[in-house]
Amino acid sequence: MTSTVADGVGTQRRKRALAKRRTASAVMTWLVCSAGIVAVVPLLLILGHIAVRGFSAMSATFLVRLPAPAGVAGGGMGNAIAGTLILLAIASVVGLPIGLGAGVYLAEHRTTRLANTVRFLADVLNGLPSIVLGVFAWQLLVRPAGHFSALAGGVTLGVLMIPLVTRATEEMVRLVPVSLSEAALALGFSEWRTTSTVVLRTALPGIVTGALVAMARVAGETAPLLFTAFGNAYWSWDVRRPIAALPLQIYAYALSPFDDWRGQAWTGALVLVFLVLAIGIMARLAIRSRQRLARGASVGRWTRVLP
Amino acid sequence: MIGPPNSAVFLPRRPLGDVVFRTCITACALVIPALLVLLGGVIAWAAWPAIRIAGSGLVLGSTWDVAHNKFGALPAIVGTLLSSAIALVLATPLAIAAAILTAEIAPRWLRTPLTFLIDLLAAIPSVVYGLWGIFVVVPLLRSVVMPFVSDTLQLGGVPWFSGPAYGPSLLAAGLVLAIMILPYIASVLREVLLAVPQSQREAALALGATRWEMIRDAVLPFARSGIVGGVMLGLGRALGETMAVTMVIGNSNAIPTSFFDPAYTVASLLANEFSEASGALHLSALMAVAGVLLLTTLLVNALARWLVWRVRRAGGVA
Repeated sequence: MTSTVADGVGTQRRKRALAKRRTASAVMTWLVCSAGIVAVVPLLLILGHIAVRGFSAMSATFLVRLPAPAGVAGGGMGNAIAGTLILLAIASVVGLPIGLGAGVYLAEHRTTRLANTVRFLADVLNGLPSIVLGVFAWQLLVRPAGHFSALAGGVTLGVLMIPLVTRATEEMVRLVPVSLSEAALALGFSEWRTTSTVVLRTALPGIVTGALVAMARVAGETAPLLFTAFGNAYWSWDVRRPIAALPLQIYAYALSPFDDWRGQAWTGALVLVFLVLAIGIMARLAIRSRQRLARGASVGRWTRVLP
Repeated sequence: MIGPPNSAVFLPRRPLGDVVFRTCITACALVIPALLVLLGGVIAWAAWPAIRIAGSGLVLGSTWDVAHNKFGALPAIVGTLLSSAIALVLATPLAIAAAILTAEIAPRWLRTPLTFLIDLLAAIPSVVYGLWGIFVVVPLLRSVVMPFVSDTLQLGGVPWFSGPAYGPSLLAAGLVLAIMILPYIASVLREVLLAVPQSQREAALALGATRWEMIRDAVLPFARSGIVGGVMLGLGRALGETMAVTMVIGNSNAIPTSFFDPAYTVASLLANEFSEASGALHLSALMAVAGVLLLTTLLVNALARWLVWRVRRAGGVA
């Protein structure tokens, strides 16, 4: 493209300058590419380490057994896996309805002052350190109750989910063509039936994706659980009692002085990463149907497998 | 409140379902500001006793001695700032490069898998990064990097490069943090770059720019404030990151004088002491420290969001 300009002028100096600029461009392209590769290398290293070290202590009993005392072979993280699933369920009960409602509100009142404020605050809430939310939840839920509980942990995770679900829902509802809801209203549907049976129904695959991504994100959260769910060495099905969680167990085992516990921390990490990625991949499958809906529209960030 | 403009025209009065529905979604939307106000209020209220007693000593004092009721969080604050600074210095250039690669340079067939890979890195829980940090990064620093710097390069006498090679250190925390925030910054920057109007690129190319000149002169200047915002979002994460840092920084409550020194951060102070806090004043001091962290990240995040939003608006995306 540039060569025609230089040929038109035809001077030696221009040609040399052009060659220099092209070299600079090639060098920079090469630099950017290698930096990009450097950025991806840690991922491969981490995934490799987790796979190799995690599988070496993996067994079927690991997934269902209670942790064993140090030195006793054959312990597992069954209770921690169950605990994480229970915490996720509580978090979803708290986070999904509120996030869904707030998302619909934001999509319907795009540019009012309140909507802009709420949208901004949702982003701010999303960026707050999760440990601060843990401290907050401790003061509000654990201190008055007098003991740690699964409920407090789940609610904290639910609060973390709210801004994610809100923004994903808003994004998806906005993609629904206005003509659809106009048609429903013209047929005499009331507003809430239009929203629930036409708009939300159309946006459902995307909302499911957003919800799954939010769950994947909070599944690995550790800091807010330190002072709320606290951890538990035994099976616990009572939401008013402290409960084990996979990230907490990994943390405790990683800092332990025992080799077999450390090995189990890697296996726990393997299970946790697998869980997070499995939820993420489910989300991606739901995205497929979303892309059909969003053809031509910009694809935003709130439903990607990422913070 | 306001709905689709023609919704109620043919209805004699608003059906009950609509009223209930609107009230519900408005209430849901109001939960978010309410949560933030409650969060600030609860932490300020719980921190008040310590603030009244210790005052500015909470953030300026450098002795954290629980037994003698002395609470100065300066070492943790310095450690937080330094580890985040190391992480930003290491991660920013690589993140910008990764963003340029995925948004501008990579061929179309490579973009999706590359973006997916970087998103994957961002989805790994922080405790897993910490685990990897303890068993891979720290031993590597202790047995290879630190001896290399002090023995082979003879930098042992240089400030910030001196001290014994423990392994768990400010440097380890900075490195792990850098690896953690890199994909996060990269994906925000990628979006900022994608928000730059195509006409910017076409104009530069039409004027005879090479690809790099196009990126440097037409894309990056347009995206500048968004890039700053994206990096600040990464800073916000680094400041508040708890698990990975707590696992590799060494948790030593002294102001570090070398990258090889063990240090402390505000978030790790909370993680280590909060659940076994002894006494009301200790607890209140920890609440005050949490408040400092909250305020800092709040400011950083608000500014960052505003900067990113500016680019997206100018590019017609948001």
